[in-house]
Amino acid sequence: MEALTRIAHVSARVAAELTPAELKANSAAQMAGLAYGLAAIGPGIGIGMIFGKAIEAMARQPESAGMVRTTMFLGVAFTEALALIGFVAFILLKFA
Amino acid sequence: MKNDDPQFVSVLAMSDSGPAPEAAIVRDLIKRGVFVAPVLIGAPAFIWGANGAWSAAYGLAIVLGNFAVAAWMVSYTAKISYALMMGATLFGYILRLAVIAAAVYLVRNEAWVELVPLCLTIVIAHVGLLFWELRYVSLSLAFPGLKPKQTSHQDQVSKSINN
Repeated sequence: MEALTRIAHVSARVAAELTPAELKANSAAQMAGLAYGLAAIGPGIGIGMIFGKAIEAMARQPESAGMVRTTMFLGVAFTEALALIGFVAFILLKFA
Repeated sequence: MKNDDPQFVSVLAMSDSGPAPEAAIVRDLIKRGVFVAPVLIGAPAFIWGANGAWSAAYGLAIVLGNFAVAAWMVSYTAKISYALMMGATLFGYILRLAVIAAAVYLVRNEAWVELVPLCLTIVIAHVGLLFWELRYVSLSLAFPGLKPKQTSHQDQVSKSINN
């Protein structure tokens, strides 16, 4: 608790030293980073679920492993597109 | 949980020594990517000039490289064990995302980089090529990867049946 209070005091002191434009840019950078992090969580969970189901399918029917791997690969690539969109939004908001 | 059955084999210890369907799909994806490259590079060149063309080409190279690395990781590790394939798929996602982020971040201030066409190319090429590839994926037990190519003899047979 004491550490949190100290961090809050330091943040307030730093914020007081910044100009409004710098403060706005700082907040925008933090929010863009947070948005990119959040955008990567969903696909991460999705890829985990896809792989879990693929392993389950391959365990039940080993002869269909090739078909399952094809579906899994395409599913992972499509899910990854969501993370790429999040990344692109971050780059465009932060630097463009 | 320990299984006492001597016949028990964990699926994670299994491996797949058959042909890798990912490699065939990615070869096809790269072929199509190269085929549409003039359009993907030409459109930004028309709007943003030479810098737009270079940026779009760089974005397309990132996308095709990402597909190739993903397929190589899955097909290589599947031959060793499914457990390793799981690791390669899940950590590979984080790793490849980090590499893409670094590849864009490191060149963002270069003179030849236009961020808008670069980012748009990454998203459009990735999603567009995948949707296009769906037309050529077979997903059957006989052909787990791509659909087999029809020969001219099969074409004639199917035409005669239709007539």
